[in-house]
Amino acid sequence: MDFTVLRDLAAGNTWWAIWPELGLGFLALFLLVLETVLPKSAHGKIPAISIAAQLGILAALLANFDRSHHEIFNGLLMQSPQGELMRVFFIVSSILVSVLGRVSLPGRGVPRVEFHHIVLVVAAAMMLLVQSRNFVMLFVALETVTVGLYILVSYYRSNPKTLEAGLKYLVMGALSSALLLFGIVLLYGVAGSAGLAGRTPAGMYFVGLAGFLEANPHNFMAAAGIVLVLSGIAFKIGAFPFQVWVPDVYQGAPTPVTAFLAVASKAAGFVVLLVLVTQVFTPYDWLVGPVLVFMSAATMLFGNLAALKQNNVKRLIGLSGVSHAGFILLAVASASQVPSAVGAVYFYLIVYLIASFAVFGVMTILAGPDDAQQDLSDYSGLAKKSPFLAGVLGCGLGSLAGIPPLAGFMGKLFVFIAAFKAGHYGLLAVAVVCVAISIYYYFGWIRSAYFSDEAAISPAIESRVAGGGTLVRVTLAVLAAASVILGFYQGPLGHLISR
Amino acid sequence: MSNLPLDPLLLSVAAPLTLAVLIAVGLPKKIVVKLAYAAFAIPALVAVYLWSAFACAAKESHGYAFLTEYSTGLGGLGISLKLGLNGISLPLFVLAGVVGLAAGLYALQSTAERMKTYLLLLLVMQAGLMGTFASVDIFFYYFFHELALIPTFIMVGIWGGRDRSHAAMMMTIYLTVGAMLSLLGLVAIYAKSGAGSFDLLAIRDALSAHPLGEVTQKHIFGILLFGFGILVSLWPFHSWAPLGYGAAPSSAAMLHAGVLKKFGLYGLVQIALPLLPLGLLQWNHSMAALAAVGNVVVIGLVTMAQRDLKQMIGFSSVMHMGYAFLGLAVGSLLGVGGVVMLMVAHGLSVALLFLLSTSIHQRTNTFDMHQMGGLAQKAPVLAALFVTATFASVGLPGFANFWGELPIFVSLWGFSHCLTLVALSGTVVSAVYGLRAAARVFFGPQTEAFARFAASKPTVDITWGERIPALILIAALLFVGVWPRSLSTAIDQALARTPPSVVASR
Repeated sequence: MDFTVLRDLAAGNTWWAIWPELGLGFLALFLLVLETVLPKSAHGKIPAISIAAQLGILAALLANFDRSHHEIFNGLLMQSPQGELMRVFFIVSSILVSVLGRVSLPGRGVPRVEFHHIVLVVAAAMMLLVQSRNFVMLFVALETVTVGLYILVSYYRSNPKTLEAGLKYLVMGALSSALLLFGIVLLYGVAGSAGLAGRTPAGMYFVGLAGFLEANPHNFMAAAGIVLVLSGIAFKIGAFPFQVWVPDVYQGAPTPVTAFLAVASKAAGFVVLLVLVTQVFTPYDWLVGPVLVFMSAATMLFGNLAALKQNNVKRLIGLSGVSHAGFILLAVASASQVPSAVGAVYFYLIVYLIASFAVFGVMTILAGPDDAQQDLSDYSGLAKKSPFLAGVLGCGLGSLAGIPPLAGFMGKLFVFIAAFKAGHYGLLAVAVVCVAISIYYYFGWIRSAYFSDEAAISPAIESRVAGGGTLVRVTLAVLAAASVILGFYQGPLGHLISR
Repeated sequence: MSNLPLDPLLLSVAAPLTLAVLIAVGLPKKIVVKLAYAAFAIPALVAVYLWSAFACAAKESHGYAFLTEYSTGLGGLGISLKLGLNGISLPLFVLAGVVGLAAGLYALQSTAERMKTYLLLLLVMQAGLMGTFASVDIFFYYFFHELALIPTFIMVGIWGGRDRSHAAMMMTIYLTVGAMLSLLGLVAIYAKSGAGSFDLLAIRDALSAHPLGEVTQKHIFGILLFGFGILVSLWPFHSWAPLGYGAAPSSAAMLHAGVLKKFGLYGLVQIALPLLPLGLLQWNHSMAALAAVGNVVVIGLVTMAQRDLKQMIGFSSVMHMGYAFLGLAVGSLLGVGGVVMLMVAHGLSVALLFLLSTSIHQRTNTFDMHQMGGLAQKAPVLAALFVTATFASVGLPGFANFWGELPIFVSLWGFSHCLTLVALSGTVVSAVYGLRAAARVFFGPQTEAFARFAASKPTVDITWGERIPALILIAALLFVGVWPRSLSTAIDQALARTPPSVVASR
């Protein structure tokens, strides 16, 4: 028997290259070990240990930021600066979710350590997801993410709304995975069929598939596969017409998990989409281009129009998240023609992370016993009772609305510039209308926090404004400051856009 | 400006902004108030100093003086903080400095609640205004405008009068739509010019070498016209203005109506006109028709029907913007020069009117002109100042407004006789409502309601705290009115550089 093949394969498995993912995975297991080993009285410290360890990994990751491009694991994964950036992105989101979880979980009668455990596993899987360059790898990573999120979404299992959300997310997630898988199989099958030019046994690899698509730019089966793959991803990012699950799931899921879904899960979907659109599906631009343009316009319009009449802030932020997905799709749709659009997507995602977590943080602190029931009226008079929380909320919402000088404005500006260069004038017109609509509901929220003096803040809410603890307050202050500073000075991220 | 230790343009932006940051981190109120005098005075002093120095200053490129450039990390996109002044931005920079000082002084003597936050927002606004007119980079021109705009919404929402929540929301939505459209137009210029830079000078060079096609110019000019038009309350997109100004606290109304609103006109004069001359030729007739029929005639009549003093001033400012659009539509050296003069003059006079109307409100407890009357006996100085302001706003010779309106009317005659007559009839209308308002408020018998209020609280004449900012504005109006060449020389020089295709054709 010849072992050289196996030996070569093993030599390609450079395990050290995925040390952050391994680190998060081991940390997740370590938390479970701690739970069994430590006495019950010390269990309260475990989330703090998790956060501290994640900060350590983040610091190590930033210190060893790798700007090179090279394949690892025989092409299953691709090490790239963008991948490195997204690793930082996901670890920051998992830290933030852990911080919010520390505020939200106590007193709800649910196990705490498992929550932090699953968050870590999901974050590690997301890191692998955005670096994968092989459909099998992609699907396995994606399923790890999704299964983890199924549990997290229904974590407050005594709340009927949460259970409803969990069920909806499960059904919809399974459906989208099925679509994605079907698309992958079609692409793989057609890429390997004899009789077609450029057929390849490596259809699961992005590179192999790209070569095949190059040789067959008008194959119907491949086109069908591409549409199915795009649909599967559209589910994950909540793009029209696959956005129906968003409001219910966002409302029912625990607030930290909503934040995780809204930011990290969406970002993962977008990065995968971006890689596929710019590196694999390019010969099918005739198909992908119009599909993305339609999805972008419809997503922006749907998200904004549906958000107009929402009273529940979790639904509101969910639907506004749909509209943000539309804005990012605008940049993705420009990415195959304008290289700078890729940078615009990443910058928008980063800005969206900072602003969203600021808002979700305030929501988590103010959430009552029923986590699904958070209304706009809860916020009236907030500025008088807690100028700090109102200030953070103002920075977050202002940035989401794209009001200068906050970072969200720069994000929108880069997207607009990219779209202009790509010539998507119609989409830009839709985008401007949507920005104007979005001002109405964001402003309504700010108005209720700042300008309403008639309705006094309810005593139940008043007792919560001082809560949360130092850690989450410091985090919120950092997020608000980052929203402001990134609006004025983009620094190294600016180079990311301009490249 | 290498001979100065600190770039004065940057200083005029940084001084108010620094104090705003200091307030945000929790400086005690006593020190804040003292420093605020300096923070409002520095931009005004810088502006006056640069005004006096401009004529002799070395013009580096395209008639710009005092050019400096700072990097903000977006060099790859062609964005950098480039500051400088030319003959068009200089008058507005001075306007921003002077009105900012008056509004600041008026705010400092007022008894607004949460004074520190009020000053913070006002300082941010002031910094934004100075930056808007000092920016040569069109990205920062827009950016500073928004920096000044956002505090307006918040100030209307928190310190506003009747209906403030509704007014704040309406203003926010209208002005955001206008700003987004303008941004789209500016990005379009950036993307189409091929200069790869937001630097106005680089774009000018690129476009004078390769002008845009007529259709492209038409589309971009249209976007800019309506985007900026909403911001300047071009009819029929004006309805935010009277409502917003009616509700806004006085200093915010002074800065917004007086200075910030000129952003749109300034953009049309400084950016759209020289870069898109063919676009103007496509749009000038519709623009003139909208401005003449809508802003001048319709809004003129609506203004006459107002009972609320502040709303009346708001409507009158919408009406005067109509003249500015008419001057722009003509597009000649004389007409556009008149527009720049009118922007300065109107900014000073409308700020003065808003200031005095708040002083009147403090003495009568109402803005309803039918509830006032006879205030002149109790407050003769206030009455004299208000009548002066009305004369200025009507365009009496000797005040700056005259030198804004006269060139516009003269140049308009060559454009269209009919529109000239319409515009002239507008001056009669504005004289009627202006003088009638002065008469209703200050002269005639005291109404019962006012007598009752005056009995409960003795009426005092205008205090020195209120007088000084008013006198600063009047002095500026008279100075420009008596010596218009102090501004017009620079304006002429700058406009003479615009492509001859626009200027010579009329």
